[in-house]
Amino acid sequence: MKSEKQKDILGRIREALKIPAPIAHVAHRQTASSLPQPRAWLPPVPPDQAGQLAMFERNCEQLRTEFCPARGIDEAGRVAKGLREKYGWSLAASHHQVELDAVVRALGIETLYMEDHPAQTELEKCSVGITACDALVAQTGSILLTARSAGGRALSVLPPHHLVVAQINQLVADLPAAFELLAARYDGNYPSFATFITGPSRTGDIERILVFGAHGPRMLTVILVQ
Amino acid sequence: MLSSFAARFKARATRLTADLEHRVKIRSALKSYEKARDERKALFQDWEAAREGAAAIKWEAVNHLDAYLVRFVEKLESRGAKVFWAGNAEEARDYIVALAKEKGARSIIKSKSMTSEEIHLNESLRQAGCEVVESDLGEFIVQLREEDPYHIVFPAMHLTRTEISDLFHKKLHSTPTDNPEELTMIARRELRLKYLRADIGISGANFGIAETGMISITENEGNARLTAAIPRVHVALMGIEKVIPKLSDLALFLPMLATAGTGQQITCYNSLIGGPRQPDEADGPAEFHLVLLDNGRTQLLADAEQRDALHCIRCGACLNACPIFRNVGGHTYGTTYQGPIGSVITPHLRGLMDWKHLSYASSLCGACTEACPVKIDLHHHLLHNRRNSVTQNPDRWERFAFRAFARLTAHPGLLDKLVRLSRPFLPLVRAARHIMPPPIKAWLGSRELPPVAPQSFRNYWKSR
Amino acid sequence: MKITLFVPCFVDQLFPSVGISAVRIFEKLGHTVDFKESIICCGQPAFNAGYWDEARGIARRVLKALSGQDPVVVPSGSCGAMIRNFYPELFKNRSEAEAAVQLARRTFEFSSFLVDQLGVTDLGSRFPAKVTFHDGCHGLRELHVKHQPRQLLEHVKDLTLIEMEDQTSCCGFGGTFAVKFPMISTAMGETKSRSALDTGAEYLVSNDSSCLMHLQGLLSRQKQKLKTIHLAEVLASS
Repeated sequence: MKSEKQKDILGRIREALKIPAPIAHVAHRQTASSLPQPRAWLPPVPPDQAGQLAMFERNCEQLRTEFCPARGIDEAGRVAKGLREKYGWSLAASHHQVELDAVVRALGIETLYMEDHPAQTELEKCSVGITACDALVAQTGSILLTARSAGGRALSVLPPHHLVVAQINQLVADLPAAFELLAARYDGNYPSFATFITGPSRTGDIERILVFGAHGPRMLTVILVQ
Repeated sequence: MLSSFAARFKARATRLTADLEHRVKIRSALKSYEKARDERKALFQDWEAAREGAAAIKWEAVNHLDAYLVRFVEKLESRGAKVFWAGNAEEARDYIVALAKEKGARSIIKSKSMTSEEIHLNESLRQAGCEVVESDLGEFIVQLREEDPYHIVFPAMHLTRTEISDLFHKKLHSTPTDNPEELTMIARRELRLKYLRADIGISGANFGIAETGMISITENEGNARLTAAIPRVHVALMGIEKVIPKLSDLALFLPMLATAGTGQQITCYNSLIGGPRQPDEADGPAEFHLVLLDNGRTQLLADAEQRDALHCIRCGACLNACPIFRNVGGHTYGTTYQGPIGSVITPHLRGLMDWKHLSYASSLCGACTEACPVKIDLHHHLLHNRRNSVTQNPDRWERFAFRAFARLTAHPGLLDKLVRLSRPFLPLVRAARHIMPPPIKAWLGSRELPPVAPQSFRNYWKSR
Repeated sequence: MKITLFVPCFVDQLFPSVGISAVRIFEKLGHTVDFKESIICCGQPAFNAGYWDEARGIARRVLKALSGQDPVVVPSGSCGAMIRNFYPELFKNRSEAEAAVQLARRTFEFSSFLVDQLGVTDLGSRFPAKVTFHDGCHGLRELHVKHQPRQLLEHVKDLTLIEMEDQTSCCGFGGTFAVKFPMISTAMGETKSRSALDTGAEYLVSNDSSCLMHLQGLLSRQKQKLKTIHLAEVLASS
């Protein structure tokens, strides 16, 4: 049911669009639908998984994302424990997911679970937020996650450290592939929130000098289980 | 006849262009951006083709705006979002203020939204008794200084760390420090409590996806994510022109926005929001309101010649490329949108006669058009604005001068003789420059006159 | 072939040696040069100021005088762009539309004509000096002239070309902009001249005299030794 204001604005739009706009200065004459995939224009990505993994790792280094490979879930647990010691984590927050649960159990610290709806002030006290993800994007070094796959919206952004536990089969080549994955997985019933995380939080607002941990997590760690 | 806005522009421009410290500061900020941007562009397999593709998608979206907006809103509303169509700034403000009152909101946290600046939202909310805090670091800083953002992407580009330290010391009672990291942490600590206490979070939106009914927010700090995650109510403000057809279009727009805007491959957080928290989600706002804003955009849409100005993705690349911007600075424009895009659209949003001077304050070098990732014909639109302002209301003296000039050019021999005759008077003109007519006085303020050759080309040709 | 030289008003009156150099260069290459005495201005000042009716009046004379088949060469990027890119827009949907398009097609900026149309890069010139080159914005962005002047300068004997930093930034002239917003124009010109001075060059070369007029004005006021010279004058030297 359209409101009056909606009708007004749509009316003005339709009136305005009666005159076609020139596209003279845009050299091509193709319509958007006949264009090739942007993949052909974006930075190239190796076609094989090993190449993509290497690219993802290089991106992580450049972005200051801590990358920790692990052969199997047990090693992932050991890696997580090592991180706990390194960073002195005392309280964690997480959500329930098969592979994740195993790693969090191995971590062995007090953990709040999003399924129990902790207060935000409680979540704020956590040293680390631990989540699963939907995909890792080789081209950009990004982590794709949603409110459904990663325990809501705040878990991966409120605590000062975000730890992601991912599987090797979650690695995709590029952004187009990541969007294809989102559509394939959720089409018809998207979560209310999804995000591409590319490195720890940062800002250049003070004299263009890069500072980490502006508001989001200052540290981002990925444990990749192969 | 200069409008008061034009007079103010000239006064500020006079001050800023003479400020050599400002010139150096902005130049060095832009140099580091240019280096990063060039590196990122070079990694594209075909940057120019990407521009064409982005331009084509935007053309499709804007030229079928009604259809895409309807689809966008339907999808959003089907997942529990409330959509308000605001014809103008007042309607948008009124809706948000009414919502704040309805919720009994005392504290509001905002993430970066140029659209909210455009409608002067913060003042209205404050008048309604709400505390409004900007969470983006640059916006937070200029908010404390009680000034407008200097640049649509880098609001505090004009400030040194010392100025920021002094500001924090004065307004937040923090210890002075020269360390940007420490300054950032001061802001982070200050804002932490604001997030947790806020009743409403207000954000902008970089894109609206028609296919899936989502908004997309691009940022680096994480403050927009927090704004859309912590408070019970999330309000997003979005210009109607921001709608794009498909979710997969973002695979092109997100890297292009980042490359052109900040010289990054992609920004730290690119989030998609499609409604309030769903029943199977652990947290999130109970309510999501999207305020769609017209406020003159349909006016610009109706100008088919300049309609592509609505393709703008607000990356700021044209500001960074513009030699006028870097010399006069963002505050000189006196508008929400600065630089070339601001000069093009402000006459449509706020009135041609009041704002035509921005279109004249350009050498038409074309660097903006070259920089634009969606190929808006920016510098030619400045010409179109100039032509339109003359059609609407020409300056009588100027028109007389151009008509006289046109007539003179029909008699090249006469023009030639007049110029020859002026030769001996040139030293006099130079000496008496302070009493010369404005154009001559303006030239002589900083430059010597060009020489008038003893023999013109046509005289040489005649004597061959 | 017969080449019509369009000499813009400021070249005709202030920098005639630019036109004379062009004539000499084409004649040395064995071409005949024609010059239409009935025209002096392309109409750009009026066009840029938004007075398109007045610009059309001026442009009509040019259309008439330059009708025919011969290529038209303009030793100025801004006037070249006016005819090539903006005459078609100026006369769109009018009776002169076809004539404007025809003229636009055979109008060329000087260096682009030599390199792209005549295929000539070596004119047997000699200019022993260190020079730097300023790309006039209209030539650069409207006419895509960038490598042509450099290819020509490469073959000038004893000339050393040192590229300046920010070589593609605008000099700040911009026509009436220079006197409507002199403070901005001057700031831009100061930045550009600083880039040129930093190269240590003796000459600042460009393919647009309007840029050079503005930069020379600033350099002379600052009593700098750096001299400005048009590309055609360099290429005509031996």
